[in-house]
Amino acid sequence: MGKTINLKINGLPVTVQEGTTILEAARKAAVKIPTLCWHPDLDAWAACGICVVKIEGSPKILRACVATVEEGMNVITHDAELVEVRRTVIELILSSHPKECLSCLRNMACELQTLAAEYGIREAVFSPRVHNQPEDTSTTSIVLHPEKCVLCGRCAKVCQNSQGVWALEFLGRGEKTRIAPSADVSLENSPCIKCGQCSAHCPVGAIYEKSEEHLVWDALHKDGLYPVVQIAPAIRVAIGEAFGLPSGTLTTGKLYAALRRLGFKAVFDTNFTADLTIMEEGSEFVEMFKNKKEKLPLITTCCPAWVDYLEKFYQDMIPHFSTAKSPQAMLGAVAKTYYADKAGVDPKTIFMVSIMPCTAKKFEISRSNEMFSSGHKDIDISLTTRELVRMIKSAGIDFNNLSDEEADSILGEYTGAGTIFGVTGGVMEAALRTAYHLLTNKELGDVNLTAVRGLDGVKEAVIDIDGTPVKVAVAHGMVNISRVLDKVKAALAAGEEPPYHFIEVMACHGGCVGGGGQPYGTDGEIAARTKGIYKDDEIAKKRCSHQNPQITKIYAEFLEKPLSKKAHDLLHTSYTPRSEYRW
Amino acid sequence: MAESMPVLTELTPELESFIEEWKDKPGNLVMVLHKVQQVYRYIPRDVAFTVSRKLGIPLAKIYGVMTFYHYFKLEKPGEHMISVCMGTACYLKGGDKLLAELQRLLNIGVNGTTEDGKFSLQSVRCVGCCGLAPLITVGPDVYGCLPTDKVAGIVDKYR
Repeated sequence: MGKTINLKINGLPVTVQEGTTILEAARKAAVKIPTLCWHPDLDAWAACGICVVKIEGSPKILRACVATVEEGMNVITHDAELVEVRRTVIELILSSHPKECLSCLRNMACELQTLAAEYGIREAVFSPRVHNQPEDTSTTSIVLHPEKCVLCGRCAKVCQNSQGVWALEFLGRGEKTRIAPSADVSLENSPCIKCGQCSAHCPVGAIYEKSEEHLVWDALHKDGLYPVVQIAPAIRVAIGEAFGLPSGTLTTGKLYAALRRLGFKAVFDTNFTADLTIMEEGSEFVEMFKNKKEKLPLITTCCPAWVDYLEKFYQDMIPHFSTAKSPQAMLGAVAKTYYADKAGVDPKTIFMVSIMPCTAKKFEISRSNEMFSSGHKDIDISLTTRELVRMIKSAGIDFNNLSDEEADSILGEYTGAGTIFGVTGGVMEAALRTAYHLLTNKELGDVNLTAVRGLDGVKEAVIDIDGTPVKVAVAHGMVNISRVLDKVKAALAAGEEPPYHFIEVMACHGGCVGGGGQPYGTDGEIAARTKGIYKDDEIAKKRCSHQNPQITKIYAEFLEKPLSKKAHDLLHTSYTPRSEYRW
Repeated sequence: MAESMPVLTELTPELESFIEEWKDKPGNLVMVLHKVQQVYRYIPRDVAFTVSRKLGIPLAKIYGVMTFYHYFKLEKPGEHMISVCMGTACYLKGGDKLLAELQRLLNIGVNGTTEDGKFSLQSVRCVGCCGLAPLITVGPDVYGCLPTDKVAGIVDKYR
């Protein structure tokens, strides 16, 4: 514990730790200092000037996001002068911002709009100076609309410092400053991995998910189509936020109900194929661990942003990548084969929509030929959580008052192992629960492998499987992966045994619960969503993928056994080196 | 346009040893970019990419720096750089007229380069010899107290 500091916020006494910023201290006193460029996931950098405050007795104006508390200070957060300064900052930003709020994707969910409303901006004081700049729609996942950019820098910071990708940077200077990929390339030809963290951190409508709800509406209304849907693990603990429920609230049953009301003929759960992924990937691992140790470490591949990153930045590690497809991709493959057959539906008419917490999943569905393994496009459209929220709202569905429903049984039943795919460490934990069984033919006593849980960027653990140590590492937040892979590369180069047998990687901080397609949030949602996921695991009747009766059934009736020829054809993929830049 | 992977460019030995010397020193990026521009007269994209790999600095960061400083050029400049002084003295004495005349003669805009690659045109702030206002420079040569009707003759000398 460091030193404590006593100060006052608008005369109200507050005690905080030394080093606390004035912004954080004010929150303790229930005082909201407005912010725009600040985001709790990112280092504060005092760009926008909205959070200005004064200290009693000093004429200086400070920025609360970076100024730290001092003993005895009395901070003034709101007086006539400060409000006027903030109003001017907002007016200046608005003068270079298109007035398209009503038709903007961020309408009613825009931090600038909220500020303008809170500060009662009624007229344009400064003459408009909006720079005409084209949209970049080159990727499958993200749209960059620089005209609406307020240059807060949050997208670039998260892309560079949290993800280590450096697809975006401030280019130019002064009035001509803009956020863009470097070297005059489009986002598609930049290192962008489509994780969408930029879109989740943008306070306005300057960078956002490629919105495809209209394509889904078209499919839902079209005769002769059989629309089906799957939901990813991390949706159920986050979507409630958009309807006023606390972060982490489990809404699985309501989600199923809402999707049926939207018109989907069958509602599947990606958690089912998360269990299936574990059977394939777990078997892959066990096979290597027993017979082909030289192929270790095995690296997980459920995260398409990570796949894209690896194909660009760690090409020499491709042989270590699990060939198992992601749960999203597997569900598409089995829906248009196994399910179509069982339900007596022509697979040509099945329109498969996936609801993902992720923008990179839009990229995944056409990333390689193997994504057409059913003989059709396995997944037709992948929507983010945010897009589904808009669909539910526009359909007049009173989400909070829906009665819980069940998923369709064939591809809908899941275990606790499937659901924890939504958090960092979850794939590893799920895989180990089943690997233990596959290696020992016994069931794990305590399935809670807490060593791989939590929000540390890199987690390392040695798991004892009947006397054999299995060394694992888990990384999340793309920037952290080099800490793991560089160690592996060094060991392999030196001809030594690699430091890990099994590595899990998720691109986003916290895993999929913190995905780039999740509801906007600036207040600790990731921890709450994580809790929700582990609760779903705890209440599950079965906690290990191999115990899922539907999994047993699909192998018995269709796939034969893990890693069979059929499983390979439908459930596995391959990887190709991709260039970081193209011009 | 067909896109392809950027290629690592073979740098001049001078540039290679300069990068080697500065590789691990703080502030190396601006120094290296200066050197690159000395060698190539601008910073070609493939060279920027090569520098990025050699210094281990993301290309985005390099472009952030290159586009921040007016000094760095991203496009290949003409053989002769014509700079029109728009400092206060030159401006008052008709620097803008010289600039307009040059745009007309060369059929390019400010910061443009003629199709034949002969000339580039830029406007600059005070060159530091206000007594000669208005003035232009062509490469290292200075033409002071310049009436507009003399501009064409000067340009012709370099054609």
